[in-house]
Amino acid sequence: MEEPFVKTEIRKDENIVYKRTNLLVDRPLSYCPGCGHGVVHRMLMETLQEMDIQDKTIGVSPVGCSVLAYDFMNIDMLGAAHGRAPALATAIKRLWPHKFVFTYQGDGDLAAIGTAETIHACNRGENFTIIFINNGIYGMTGGQMAPTTLPGMRSSTSPYGRDVQTMGHPLKITELIANLPGVYYVTRQAVHTPNHVRKTKKAIRKALEQQKENKGIAFIEVVSNCNSGWKMTPVQSNKWMEENMFPFYPLGDIKVDGKLVEKKETVVKE
Amino acid sequence: MGELRLMKGNEAVAEAAIRAGCDGYFGYPITPQSEVMEYLMAEKPHDRTGMVVLQAESETASINMLYGAAGTGKMVMTSSSSPGISLMQEGISYMAGAELPAVIVNVVRGGPGLGTIQPSQADYFQAVKGGGHGDYKMIVLAPASVQEMCDHTKLGFDLAFKYRTPVMILSDGAIGQMMEKVVLFDPIPRRTDEDLIKQNPWAATGKPKDREHIIITSLDLDPAGQERVNLKLQAKYRKMEENEVLYETLNCEDAEYVFVAFGLSARICQKSMDLARAKGIKIGLFRPITLFPFPVKPMNELGKKVKGMLVVEMNAGQMIEDVKLSVGCSIKIEHFGRFGGIIPTPDEVVKALETQIIGG
Ligand SMILES: Cc1ncc(C[n+]2csc(CCOP(=O)(O)OP(=O)(O)O)c2C)c(N)n1
Ligand code: SF4
Ligand SMILES: [Mg+2]
Repeated sequence: MEEPFVKTEIRKDENIVYKRTNLLVDRPLSYCPGCGHGVVHRMLMETLQEMDIQDKTIGVSPVGCSVLAYDFMNIDMLGAAHGRAPALATAIKRLWPHKFVFTYQGDGDLAAIGTAETIHACNRGENFTIIFINNGIYGMTGGQMAPTTLPGMRSSTSPYGRDVQTMGHPLKITELIANLPGVYYVTRQAVHTPNHVRKTKKAIRKALEQQKENKGIAFIEVVSNCNSGWKMTPVQSNKWMEENMFPFYPLGDIKVDGKLVEKKETVVKE
Repeated sequence: MGELRLMKGNEAVAEAAIRAGCDGYFGYPITPQSEVMEYLMAEKPHDRTGMVVLQAESETASINMLYGAAGTGKMVMTSSSSPGISLMQEGISYMAGAELPAVIVNVVRGGPGLGTIQPSQADYFQAVKGGGHGDYKMIVLAPASVQEMCDHTKLGFDLAFKYRTPVMILSDGAIGQMMEKVVLFDPIPRRTDEDLIKQNPWAATGKPKDREHIIITSLDLDPAGQERVNLKLQAKYRKMEENEVLYETLNCEDAEYVFVAFGLSARICQKSMDLARAKGIKIGLFRPITLFPFPVKPMNELGKKVKGMLVVEMNAGQMIEDVKLSVGCSIKIEHFGRFGGIIPTPDEVVKALETQIIGG
């Protein structure tokens, strides 16, 4: 006869090495399984908790898959119109200079419809943090071409691949922004492996710490997957991202302490 | 009594904002209202009261700056003229949906398109009927003098916070540019952050441990939820209709005919009224001050007493639709307008009265 299964509670204080931060609201995320958005949410909220600044933080969510970020982040937040998050954040930070302010934006939001707001907030050197999720596609509306879609990459509005002659080139807005004098810290990270997740979290911490010094914009790009929009499995999408996105959008710091980081030329596959 | 000054309408708006305790102004230059930001920058309001003034990169940015600041409970204002106000419509709709207080000044110029920089009232529909997408309204105030440019700015902030709604001041290039004497109200100190948080518990000001997090948004993906949002907005608009109607009447007691006009047109009609009365025509003037909520009941009452109404507007006939809806079809109601930046003369208004209403 089989032994009856006895469920023993193992979640004792001494056993717990990792716990969901209570700055994440306890509800299922609206993201597709395998999507990078949720990981970045967690890193951001863990950082706010570690810095103990939940009460001093005001966040701005975009229009895109992360439009509902405010439902998952247990802080005061505003949902901006598509592309306008940097305008909201500008005014909020100007009127609440002692608060920590961030925007969380996708590539369509930040680098297409909101390009002007992004560039001008950065150029004015506003003292907030921008978290930029670059998945090379419009996830929310069903996988259309984004300003960051790679040459030759398929999307629902570039079904035969992005033809740069007629559809334009992908916009490396992060490099553009790094060259603006109002920008203090620019880095490009990823969240598809534990090591990359740790690095992204460190970058978020650095950016938020720098808000206290009023030195200008901190801009963190996270190159991320959109397995649904790319029509791949999560595992395939991460592999595809490493092989195709990273060569075009190389990871690492681009500007630190107000100075551009010297970089060796990276070969771009077209 | 407050301080007496000779000022442009645009300057009066700016000075009134500082005195009302406004926390921030965000704007983009456009004629004929650029004096608002120019005056503010010259006044160094940050030194006077701590007020922040920022020149944005576009009207799209200014209205979204307003949205952000208003969502944190701050008292904020922008101003622009017609093309810039068109660019703001998406943002205004978001603010109406998220129920955010702010004052938006439109110093109207002639359109459509780039139009002209001369005064016009052609943005009546845009201001009064919504302007952006979705079923929403905002309170619309129509100043007819530099004094009212000052007073409506203060009133605008009061109403914006009372109803958590954007309020538009619908002025025009003449009222904005002309100089008149104005009695300024005594400065009201800006609210401290502590007072702001106490007075606006709905605002996103940073989540303390002992309250739920606050979300400022106009999104509700659930249709039932979005219908509830709409019903709540509509209930609020009915309250405004009950409580906030403002209008002025002149010589209506014995009047057989009336001019109906707002803003600058009402100023012209005053002169026309004097000219017509000198000819023995018993004419009065009805001036709506709130264009939304429109003075439906008093208009309707007046319609029962007079033989005809001439609606005088610097547009092709916009407010006349609300006048007709208020009064009905029992009397003759006609429109007289000049467009594209032309201001009607008092004489041509009298002639229109004689030919379209009395003789017609
Ligand atoms: C003014 C306006 N235009 C278009 C849309 C439709 N829209 C919603 S999300 C989106 C694209 C979002 O893509 P991205 O910023 O890359 O975010 P992702 O979903 O990929 O995270 C678009 C075009 C909108 N909501 N508002
Ligand atoms: S559509 Fe793409 S970006 Fe959106 S949740 Fe799914 S995987 Fe993530
Ligand atoms: Mg995207």
